Amino acid sequence: MMREVQMDLISADRLESMSSMEKIRLILNKVKRGNIVVLEMGLTPEEEVKLIEMTMTEIRLDEFSGIEIESYPVKKEGSLINKILGKSGIKTRMTVIGPANQLRTIEKDKYQISTKVSVGD
Amino acid sequence: MRVIRSLRMNFAVWIKWIFGKKRARIGIYGPPNAGKTTLANRIVKDWSETEVGGMEVGGTSHIPHETRSAMRTDGVVINTNGSSIELDIVDTPGMATKIDFREFMAYGLEEEEAKRRAKEATEGVIEAIKWLEDLDGVLLVMDSTEDPYTQVNVTVVGNMEARKLPLLIVANKRDLPKASPSRIKAAFPQHPIVTISALDGSNIDELYVAIARHFG
Repeated sequence: MMREVQMDLISADRLESMSSMEKIRLILNKVKRGNIVVLEMGLTPEEEVKLIEMTMTEIRLDEFSGIEIESYPVKKEGSLINKILGKSGIKTRMTVIGPANQLRTIEKDKYQISTKVSVGD
Repeated sequence: MRVIRSLRMNFAVWIKWIFGKKRARIGIYGPPNAGKTTLANRIVKDWSETEVGGMEVGGTSHIPHETRSAMRTDGVVINTNGSSIELDIVDTPGMATKIDFREFMAYGLEEEEAKRRAKEATEGVIEAIKWLEDLDGVLLVMDSTEDPYTQVNVTVVGNMEARKLPLLIVANKRDLPKASPSRIKAAFPQHPIVTISALDGSNIDELYVAIARHFG
C-alpha cells in the first residue's frame, strides 16, 4: 500500500503572528509526525540556530534522527526608515523542513532547492 | 536585549580602538569533517610559544563528529607582516541538523559505541551553538570538495551577520583533486575567503595574514 506524506505550507501571515518559540515548536511537532513543512517566510538566523539546538535535544536513537532544512540566506533591506525605527531590516526567505530520514536535498543553488521525499513502502 | 547586546558590542569596539587591544576569542566552526580540528592543531603547532608548544588541540578521524566537545586554547600569538594578534581559539564540534547512529555503524563502529557517539555528538552541537554567544569572530571552515550551500554554512554565516561579528571563510582541502574553492566564493561573495590545506599547510601563511588583518 502506498504511504502518503503530508505537506504543510505555512503562510507568511501566520508566521508573522507567532513568537520564535511558537514557530520552532510548531515546526518540530509537525516534522516529528513525519510532515514536510514549507515556510513562505522562513526563520531568522537566530531562530534557525535555536531550531537546530532544540532538534538536538529531541533526537531519540530509534525514533527521531533530526531534521533536513534548506533555506536561503536572509536579504537585508537597509532602508533609512528601518534604521530610524530600529527595525532589523532582515527579510527571511522560503524554507523547507522535514524529517532527516524522509527528506533529502538533491541540489541547491541560488535559484532552486531540489529535494526528494521518501514515502516508505 | 538586542539593544543591550548592540551597545555592548559597540563599547567593545571603542575600547579596542582606544587602547589598541589586539586579542580576540575566535571560534572555528563548520560541518563535520570539514577539517576544523586539523586547522586548530596546525595553528597551535605553528604559533604556540609555551612549553607544550606543538601539542594537539584534539584528535582527528575520518569518522564524522570526532570532536564532540569544544576545545579551547588560549594565548596563541600570531605575528605576521609586522602585525600581531593574540588569539583564544575555540575548536567547536561539527554543526549538524541530524545525527543518526547508523551512520557511524557504516564506518565500522559497534552499535553501542555508535549510539554513545551519536548522543555525545548532539551535546556537542548544542555546545557549539552556545559558544556563538561568547566569541569575537569566527573562522568558518568549509570542505572545498563539497557543495558549500549547506544549511550549516548558511546558518553560521547568517548568525555572524546578524551579530555583526567578523567572519573569515576558510576553503579547506585544496590539496584534493576535486577541490573547487570558486564554488565557495560564488556562494558567499560578501565575505573574505582564504583557500588552504590544513593537512599539508599549503597557503597557510595567507590565512595568518588574513587573521591578523581581519580580527586584529
